[in-house]
Amino acid sequence: MLDDFFIRALVAGIGIAIVAGPLGCFVVWRRMAYFGDTMAHSALLGVALSLLMDLNLMVSVFIVASAVSLLLLFLQKRGALSTDALLGILSHSALSIGLVIVAFMTWVRIDLVGFLFGDILAVSEADIDIIWGGGILVILALVYLWRPLLASTVNPELAEAEGLKPERARLLFMLLMALVIAIAMKIVGILLITSLLIIPAATARRFATSPEIMAVLASLIGALAVAGGLFGSLHWDTPSGPSIVVAALALFVLSLLPVGRRLDRASPSSPGGNR
Amino acid sequence: MLNYRSPETASLVRLANAGVRRNGRWLVRGVDFSISRGEIVTLIGPNGSGKSTTAKTAIGVLKPDEGHVERIAGLRVGYVPQKLAVDWTLPLTVERLMTLTGPLKGREIEEALAATGMLHMAKAEVQHLSGGEFQRALLARAIARKPDLLVLDEPVQGVDFSGEIALYELIKQIRNRTGCGILLISHDLHIVMAETDTVVCLNGHVCCRGTPQAVSQSPEYLALFGRRAASALAVYSHHHDHTHLPDGRVLHADGSITESCFPGDGHHHQPLAENVHDHDPDCGCGHHARLQGFEKAEKRDA
Repeated sequence: MLDDFFIRALVAGIGIAIVAGPLGCFVVWRRMAYFGDTMAHSALLGVALSLLMDLNLMVSVFIVASAVSLLLLFLQKRGALSTDALLGILSHSALSIGLVIVAFMTWVRIDLVGFLFGDILAVSEADIDIIWGGGILVILALVYLWRPLLASTVNPELAEAEGLKPERARLLFMLLMALVIAIAMKIVGILLITSLLIIPAATARRFATSPEIMAVLASLIGALAVAGGLFGSLHWDTPSGPSIVVAALALFVLSLLPVGRRLDRASPSSPGGNR
Repeated sequence: MLNYRSPETASLVRLANAGVRRNGRWLVRGVDFSISRGEIVTLIGPNGSGKSTTAKTAIGVLKPDEGHVERIAGLRVGYVPQKLAVDWTLPLTVERLMTLTGPLKGREIEEALAATGMLHMAKAEVQHLSGGEFQRALLARAIARKPDLLVLDEPVQGVDFSGEIALYELIKQIRNRTGCGILLISHDLHIVMAETDTVVCLNGHVCCRGTPQAVSQSPEYLALFGRRAASALAVYSHHHDHTHLPDGRVLHADGSITESCFPGDGHHHQPLAENVHDHDPDCGCGHHARLQGFEKAEKRDA
């Protein structure tokens, strides 16, 4: 018989995976993987500030992650350094500032490893409410933003010319990312959040024939990885967050096998190939 | 005059002395032209002359840093950008590409794909298309939304010569059928679409403007291009009266040198129809060899 804490972990993890699927697709399509990493790393600064100022943890992480993405937008506009250099600076300095602040606060004891790698087995019922409530909010926002986001992923100028608002869509997308990172931090931890965004989406690509199908498949694959990882961690007594990532990786590797390729070749997209 | 149509015809877009500046440099300056319904305006000019910048300013993607741009309210634009690369991670079929920026009825999608000869490719992923097929898919997408103004940034790039003729014929049909205005950017400095009403030659500013001469009226060009091409293509003869020096300054026909040149400095844009082209051969505008080639009636370099 499964324990309550395990069921809670499963429900929370699957909730996160469903939200991470479509969001992760955009991260992959827009080549924003490193950006996701940067936002996630800045979450530790959010943790430190929440302890320092006695704020709610999720609110604090959301605010810091949003602030970092706005800062990036501002620095990009100034155009002095390339985006990946800026991301490298923001990512590691936010993480380091967070660690330094935590070190100064000798009066608090925090489980750093729990924040870095997540502690899904400590999920409470209140956490589940937040994950599913926030998750539904994010999905609704994504449905609303889908067309402008997808169009500006293909070409922002095209989207702008034809009356969509790519800049606004991009800003809202960053806020959604910040929200998901704030919610998901507890499950897989700061260092592994982006893997839950990217790996299921990359796995879904091979089987998808449209952006929408890829988003749904990514959610399903992510949920499968969460379930597989959690059962694996129960069975072999391995840390839960990393086990979920390993399960996601296993699915990705499976998708690369020749069976997957044959499916791809048999898909209706092929007649257009290389004339 | 700015407008080649009667002033009563409402322009879809009108640029007045528009200029765009980036990092302290004017990409383009002093541009004025307008496009009305059913009118085809072709922008030509060497690389970096501000053609794409001008087109983007016209449709509101870029904001002018001087002058102004007027668009009629609710202007519906169909845009084919110069560069569009779809990441291979994005599964996108031709059919799905059609509804990228707005919903369409199945019939509208089919009509647009049929008009561009892409109906049989509807289920193909865009990453698998050849250059010419991709351009036609993009054109289909732009016309499927029934725009008031169609903006085509080098629509014949990567298309072979007969494909180019076919695309120009298609663009003409679109104009005739829908009556939309068309802003076309040409990669060629001398050969433009025959249906073009106005050619605007840019080189950081409006160098000159005019109407092209139909190829079919000249036996030499007819011999060069063949009858089918001659009905789709036209020749634009330049008549500049100033030279762009390597340091960016401008040498005018009267021997004076100015820092820049844009309409209003009183040096050029005399409405001459004679074929005078007095750019320096190494001015960098890149079309002298081709121009001389035409004088010798040599074959057009692809």
